[in-house]
Amino acid sequence: MSKKILLEHINVPGIQGYEAYRKVGGYASVEKALKMAPLDIVEEVKKSGLRGRGGAGFPTGMKWSFIDKKSGKPAHLVCNADESEPGTFKDRYLMEKLPHLLIEGMITGSIALEAHLSYIYIRGEYMWVYRILERAINEAYANGWLGKNIKGSGYDLDVHVTCGAGAYICGEETALIESLEGKRGNPRIKPPFPAVSGLWGNPTVVNNVESIAAIPYIVNNGGEEYAKIGVGKSTGTKLISASGHIKNPGVYEIELGLPVDEFMNSDEYLGGMYSDRPLKAVVPGGSSVPILPAELFYKNAKGEPRLMTYESLSDGGFASASMMGSGGFIVYDDTTCVVRNTWNFSRFYHHESCGQCSPCREGTGWMEKILWRIEHGYGNMEDIDLLWEIQRKIEGNTICPLGDAAAWPVAAAIRHFRDEFEFHVKYPEKIKDRNHFVAEPWEKVKHLVKKEEVLV
Amino acid sequence: MSEVVLSERLQERIKTLISRYPEGKQKSALITILHEVQNENDDYLTTDLMDKIAEILSIKPIEVYEVATFYSMYNHKPVGKYMLEFCRTSCCATRKAEDMMEYTCQKLGVKEGEVTPDGLFSVRGVECLGACGYAPMLQLGDFYHEFLTKEKIDQLIEDCRAGKVELISKV
Ligand SMILES: Cc1cc2nc3c(=O)[nH]c(=O)nc-3n(C[C@H](O)[C@H](O)[C@H](O)COP(=O)(O)O)c2cc1C
Ligand code: SF4
Ligand code: FES
Repeated sequence: MSKKILLEHINVPGIQGYEAYRKVGGYASVEKALKMAPLDIVEEVKKSGLRGRGGAGFPTGMKWSFIDKKSGKPAHLVCNADESEPGTFKDRYLMEKLPHLLIEGMITGSIALEAHLSYIYIRGEYMWVYRILERAINEAYANGWLGKNIKGSGYDLDVHVTCGAGAYICGEETALIESLEGKRGNPRIKPPFPAVSGLWGNPTVVNNVESIAAIPYIVNNGGEEYAKIGVGKSTGTKLISASGHIKNPGVYEIELGLPVDEFMNSDEYLGGMYSDRPLKAVVPGGSSVPILPAELFYKNAKGEPRLMTYESLSDGGFASASMMGSGGFIVYDDTTCVVRNTWNFSRFYHHESCGQCSPCREGTGWMEKILWRIEHGYGNMEDIDLLWEIQRKIEGNTICPLGDAAAWPVAAAIRHFRDEFEFHVKYPEKIKDRNHFVAEPWEKVKHLVKKEEVLV
Repeated sequence: MSEVVLSERLQERIKTLISRYPEGKQKSALITILHEVQNENDDYLTTDLMDKIAEILSIKPIEVYEVATFYSMYNHKPVGKYMLEFCRTSCCATRKAEDMMEYTCQKLGVKEGEVTPDGLFSVRGVECLGACGYAPMLQLGDFYHEFLTKEKIDQLIEDCRAGKVELISKV
């Protein structure tokens, strides 16, 4: 069994409530933090090597140190619980089961940033989780962990939960801030970064649920202790949301550095493929990261075994690797159609584009249309090159990274599965049924494309 | 001035929500208030309701409309009392989400986006709801129904007809 930091107490009866949480040592990090100098807390987080768990993997301690304390404006800690990246459902699990862990992290983190008003922004669809958090926050107030003069320290802090209403883009930190101000979720142009001008123009740190939930352990045990877990710059534990064609879908806390093979196939984790069909591809970090074909999944292009770390999953760059992302681990077997799946993702990005920049607004719609055409047997060969051109023109040319997130899955699908796109164009009668690869998996028909290439 | 009268519970709730933001930043409560108002008014927002919210928050009606039309959870037309929202994104699609939605539409005799003539049900396809490992799934009111099968859908519809299904989670 690997070490559990976040989910250690998940099976304690009643852990959702205050009493049980306090009994297992909950809120100790707040007591400790109240006696520390705020900068020393930031220093411990830096030493821990904790990297943002929302997707970008930016070092949390460093982000905290950018907060503009000289401005004289109030600072805010904002928890990003928007969790809408397809394949990701870990934050929900953590908040549902251990709401007080997040609240403890919010308090300890706010003390480090010298913030007196902080928010948890949760996606509107998680309304029942919103209520769980609301109840837990009320309990924290009732027990003196929030409000005026916390535990006689002289420190005042309010934490509230606030919600969205169905918009993936509000997970982007500046769109989230706009939404928290009661506006449409249109990302802001950066700079200024939120650390300088965020919520209501005040210095603001936005962190993912899982990042904030790791703070109590780091403060209680010291950053160095946390950094002992993991490999190299991938320190600590990570929650992985596993879905798709596997035996045991669900949320797992792993020590970073776990071999991909062990994660995928041992009974402690995913238990291998469900219905024992062959693996076709994996999207290891949520819908935005490149899809990896089976042959590049367990081993990198150099033939070395892959590990569940930020570095190993991206070893080889986009040519032969992917990214850790949000830890949304989606597994596909040989009955999956990559074209259909890519169309599915691009429909998502088109739907979720806020529409501010034309490459994203127009490009995502255009890609969706072309992919629909190919998947439904109306595509031609030029469409594949056109798709490639469109994704290339979106990437890097937009206000926020949603544009890149829409482009990368398309690029990776064409890069690794081009022959499957060609098959769709050449054999429209073979893809009429939407489950075309269930009856005849790709492995059985791919020779059709390959053979013709030899003849040409 | 809007003629709409909100229930006393709702008025109290709105006060609590507004108190969570600093003085002058009451607009921040807008998105949460819209949810609560929609919940108490047949699940859709009318111009009257939105004008009322603008009045309460001392903001311009357009500031409410632009938000209410940006976010996908707000409805502007009547929907079924029981709105079955199926996730159709990749992880659910690999686990037969499309079959489940088709089955439900056929069973209820509606197309995606339509309401049954008795006003009881509507069916809608939506994007990832954060239940990917428990696919296929649907959302009904505040709650998720996961690992769906045809039998589970039959049972759920029966329970809705019998008035046995809660839609709003407890505060
Ligand atoms: C389109 C888009 C959606 C995002 N969605 C989320 C999200 O749901 N949750 C999250 O924590 N971060 C999300 N992010 C990343 C945030 O912008 C931000 O980097 C993150 O919340 C920072 O927290 P961290 O440093 O703790 O990871 C998203 C980014 C983009 C561009
Ligand atoms: S990249 Fe897309 S989502 Fe991001 S700001 Fe531009 S249009 Fe909006
Ligand atoms: S893909 Fe359906 S809930 Fe995430």
